[in-house]
Amino acid sequence: MKIYINGQQKSFEATEICLTTLIEKLAPNEKKFAIEYNGEIISKGNFPQTFLRDGDKLEIVIAVGGG
Amino acid sequence: MESDKFLIAGKHYLSRLLVGTGKYKDFKETQTAIQESGAEIVTVAIRRTNIGQNVKEESLLDFIPKEKYTYLPNTAGCYSKDDAIRTLRLARELLDGHNLVKLEVLGDPHTLYPNVVETVEAAKTLIKEGFDVMVYTSDDPIIAKQLEDIGCCAIMPLASLIGSGMGILNPHNLEIIIDNAKVPIIVDAGVGTASDAVIAMELGCDGVLMNTAIAAASKPILMAGAMKKAIESGRDAYLAGRMKKKFYQADPSSPTSGLIK
Repeated sequence: MKIYINGQQKSFEATEICLTTLIEKLAPNEKKFAIEYNGEIISKGNFPQTFLRDGDKLEIVIAVGGG
Repeated sequence: MESDKFLIAGKHYLSRLLVGTGKYKDFKETQTAIQESGAEIVTVAIRRTNIGQNVKEESLLDFIPKEKYTYLPNTAGCYSKDDAIRTLRLARELLDGHNLVKLEVLGDPHTLYPNVVETVEAAKTLIKEGFDVMVYTSDDPIIAKQLEDIGCCAIMPLASLIGSGMGILNPHNLEIIIDNAKVPIIVDAGVGTASDAVIAMELGCDGVLMNTAIAAASKPILMAGAMKKAIESGRDAYLAGRMKKKFYQADPSSPTSGLIK
């Protein structure tokens, strides 16, 4: 299946993957981030129950320097 | 001054200087400059993380501890109300329910001039959703008042274009905005050096928000300290009340009597 993460297409062998597992795979050292899943904010408490499927869109954001 | 309190969205601050965290050489320099500036409110931007890259990269949040500073997530780079709202919803999630935000909706990538129509619409939605909105806007007194009436907790007119360092181009508009306002007026953008910050404060602004003036100085740490003093000095001068200007008429400071003849 294909998932769009921060605008980039990523392929996975599984047909569904839990959000917690995905984050551990992709950004294991990211301590502070927020996620938008198909246009909706999803809180960290809901990561384990969120299963990504083909065509899903994720935005993963962090705080950076800015004025 | 003990009684001269700076209040934003129900919280008191000692420093009237707000600073950005962008454009520094590294996080260490960001940290030192912010410490030197004495600022308590610091802006941050919200961006996509680099998936699978730079896994050991340091985070800004490690250098600017949340316990010590009030974060002000911004919407820099947003050109529509929807993008700005989306960014700040993510910021609230990222910062554990933090409601104080800086809204800016830009109109054009060359001047970064604010799109006030989109800004007003975005502000309405964000306030409805419980955000405390500090809003970047033009120095148009009518728009500034509208943004206050909507419920923005601070109005932040530009001095001149973002990152331009051109200083305060229209002090009289700022005076009109200040005179009309019941919420803090904070000059945001365009300050280039300490005298610009002093002028903003002498006009009666409640604070100044700056980034490039410090970060792009040859010695950012030194400039951060200079800005701290400028803000304090300008505020004190405003509170002290300057003397009236007398055009073409001098007034000696020394006695006119008792001169040796």
